[in-house]
Amino acid sequence: MLIFDHSRPGRTAAAQLPATGGSLDDLPAELRRKDAPALPEVSELDVVRHYTRLSQLNFSIDTQFYPLGSCTMKYNPRACNSLAMLPQFLARHPASPDETGQGFLASMFELQEMLKDVTGMAGVSMAPMAGAHGEFAGVAMIRAYHDARGDTARKEIIVPDAAHGTNPATATMCGYTVKEIPTDATGAVDLAALKAAVGPQTAGLMLTNPSTLGVFEKTIADIQKIVHEAGGLLYYDGANLNAILGKVRPGDMGFDVIHMNLHKTFSTPHGGGGPGAGPVGVSERLLPFMPIPLVLNENGFYRLATEADRPQSIGRMSANMGNAGVLMRAYVYARLLGGEGMHRVAEYATLNANYLMARLRDAGFDLAYPTRRASHEFIVTLKKLKDATGVSAMDFAKRLLDYGYHAPTTYFPLLVPECLLIEPTETESRETLDGFVDAMVKIKHEAETNPDLVKGAPYSLPVRRLDDVKAARELDLTYKPAV
Amino acid sequence: MPFIPHTEEDVSAMLGAIGAKSIEDLFDEIPPALKTGKLKDVPDGLPEMAVARLMQERASADGFWSNFIGAGVYEHHIPAAIWQITTRGEFYSAYTPYQAEASQGTLQLIYEYQTMMTRLTGLDVSNASLYDGASALAEAVLMAVRSHKSSRRVLVPKTVHPIYRSVVVTTVKNQGIELVELDYDATTGKTVLPADPGAFAGLVIPQPNFFGVLEDVHAMTDWAHAQGALAIALVNPTTLAVLEAPGKWGQTGADIAVGEGQPLGAPMASGGPYFGFMCCRQDFVRQMPGRIVGRTVDLDGKPGFALTLQAREQHIRRSKATSNICTNQGLVVTAATQYMSLLGPQGLAKVAAASHANTMALADKLAAIPGVTRAFASPFFHEMVLKLNDNAKDVLRALRAQGILGGLDISGWYPELGQAILVCVTETKTAADLDHYAQQMERILSKRREAPPCAYKS
Repeated sequence: MLIFDHSRPGRTAAAQLPATGGSLDDLPAELRRKDAPALPEVSELDVVRHYTRLSQLNFSIDTQFYPLGSCTMKYNPRACNSLAMLPQFLARHPASPDETGQGFLASMFELQEMLKDVTGMAGVSMAPMAGAHGEFAGVAMIRAYHDARGDTARKEIIVPDAAHGTNPATATMCGYTVKEIPTDATGAVDLAALKAAVGPQTAGLMLTNPSTLGVFEKTIADIQKIVHEAGGLLYYDGANLNAILGKVRPGDMGFDVIHMNLHKTFSTPHGGGGPGAGPVGVSERLLPFMPIPLVLNENGFYRLATEADRPQSIGRMSANMGNAGVLMRAYVYARLLGGEGMHRVAEYATLNANYLMARLRDAGFDLAYPTRRASHEFIVTLKKLKDATGVSAMDFAKRLLDYGYHAPTTYFPLLVPECLLIEPTETESRETLDGFVDAMVKIKHEAETNPDLVKGAPYSLPVRRLDDVKAARELDLTYKPAV
Repeated sequence: MPFIPHTEEDVSAMLGAIGAKSIEDLFDEIPPALKTGKLKDVPDGLPEMAVARLMQERASADGFWSNFIGAGVYEHHIPAAIWQITTRGEFYSAYTPYQAEASQGTLQLIYEYQTMMTRLTGLDVSNASLYDGASALAEAVLMAVRSHKSSRRVLVPKTVHPIYRSVVVTTVKNQGIELVELDYDATTGKTVLPADPGAFAGLVIPQPNFFGVLEDVHAMTDWAHAQGALAIALVNPTTLAVLEAPGKWGQTGADIAVGEGQPLGAPMASGGPYFGFMCCRQDFVRQMPGRIVGRTVDLDGKPGFALTLQAREQHIRRSKATSNICTNQGLVVTAATQYMSLLGPQGLAKVAAASHANTMALADKLAAIPGVTRAFASPFFHEMVLKLNDNAKDVLRALRAQGILGGLDISGWYPELGQAILVCVTETKTAADLDHYAQQMERILSKRREAPPCAYKS
């Protein structure tokens, strides 16, 4: 039932209406609306009940284990939410003078400094509002750097074939062409292919490390050298920062620019698809180009840097200061964890991933890269199972939903056939991981003995498998009442 | 260990299963030279109680203010139910709804949101939201260029928020797109259409514009269409309860409508998170960036919801995607959908009308003060530009000393206006708030010293 089905002409949530309205007669008639917009006309209880019920149709971290590779679905501490939502913080207008927000700005400045430290970068800007937004800022800075040097022949961004789709899409948005390079049999960047790819046309390389295949790029020092010697810059996609937080710093690996996904590594909520936060960190040579605003500390007075402070900045990315409330949640998380807690993030995320990988291997699942350590995630390939039973990774994933587990990431990375990319995160207990292994084993058995059962899954969710083709062919994007 | 449940026994059993001696062994593929020592700028962790104390102290230091700043972010009452429901774990800690069967709550909510937005804007389709109003405008500019056969020029009036214009520049400058500024009439504050614009792909039409002034949107829309360009409406969702929907502008309506969704239930919160909305005509749906939810059926023929038209997006199209965006501002949209439901057509219209009436009332009070004049002699909605015969920064600082954030100094962006401030009043202000503002403004401009505070209370 849609909220519109509850609507009755004339019904209102009266307590929410201002006591007095006012006349609009001074506004020109031709600019005024003739028919009121058909928003729902419902009571407050209608709204509360309807949306509470909708919430109950979702899987979430608070209700289910979510081993979704590349997404770092760890527990979102409740204090991060309640302290970011203190009423004074919520009431502050973003264009208020800096004097009225020293508490807020101090928190932002300290977060900025902590992010510098954990990434080993010379500067951090928290302007970007999501990972892909951070990527855009990063590649725009690479371009601004080359342009400022008059090095305008660099038109190409190199991207490994296993990269997230945002990498090539971002390069295009910054006016670059994309060159893909292959991955070798161990899941590493093919160094020979990289050497052959670089040249005076190379603006930079975008790399995720550990890669999207769940393994650390052991030859990062060589990669760094090859790209820098060719005059290109090195971009770090921070999607997998949780794997190395407090263990290795992108700055120490020689990266020039990175973005972080605070909704992953710093445990801000995914919120059903946002808002995120995608701060960028840069090496010395990119400092002048960082997006604004940045937070400055001038002898204990905090203020936002503007165009006047940073004339070479790539500019602004949002109307205000990025997703400030998300940054506040990340700040609270950082203070709760502290330095030691951050070291532990990578350690226990990696312990959980390697444990889960070992248990699934021992239970007869094929690993995509059996000779490698897992980072914070790893890949199981169901190719043999698919060939033998017809049960695909997608079927397997849907059946997991019936067992009360959110599905791992399927069909990404594209390189590995019938893959499940599994990331347990550090906040899950051994018992939860064991329960997941039990479900995986049961489903494998079902696939071998009764494949149609798995192919028809899920059965116990609010809907069964949905017709995506119909959704795209017969577009129904808004509710239209029957006449 | 905060948020890590492992006991010592767990750790040794797990290491045993892996066949490793220590956790450190698990990092043996990382070259030792690269390993990090102790973090130097991250303080030791604190228990929740201590962090709560710290944050409460900082919040108290920031305090509450009587706010008259708008400029794209508006202080409206937010019903208590909204964020209590929005921060339920099932919404708050859910992922992007790629596994549709396990995300019907979020997906249905977005479908309802899309429906409400199309009804507000009078356009056919809506996406699931973008980052904020400014980035939504940038995406609309890109969309107009993609949809046009030849031109890569887009006309952007100076009456569009200066920071929005900056964000558009940041976003499109590397794609060979030219942004052409259009001037405004000094008397009316409305955009002046150029006599000979040359070919262009789109015209941005702000309503109300940055000055709070209502533009002649019908004429602007028809003019853009006559030149073979798209009309891009940049609108405030609250005002759409009472102002003409972009889909009905001019002869055939605007083609794209974008704007800042913050007025629909998002707290101002020093800048976010908010969301940008984007609606368009059906013909352009495949050019639209961002997520879109569609209704379909499941294997049993039961209705359900799923993300659709994903072939436009980065995870499928990679370098040929319509945008690199792979998020929406889901949680804020969750709040906005409830806001629109709770307010309904009557409530939203009343909020808009009360805001307008309060702004008119303050305009009358302030314009009666010597040294204050209204910059433009045309109808405005819930914001207005006031010219001062004194330094705007000093006046605002003096108001601040009385607990009033009196508006935004726009003299730097628009030097031709002299000392000018942009003042906004919403439904949240009472007659007493307006009187207090006007009394203080009068006192400051007449250079009277402030009497002891107790004198005002009697």
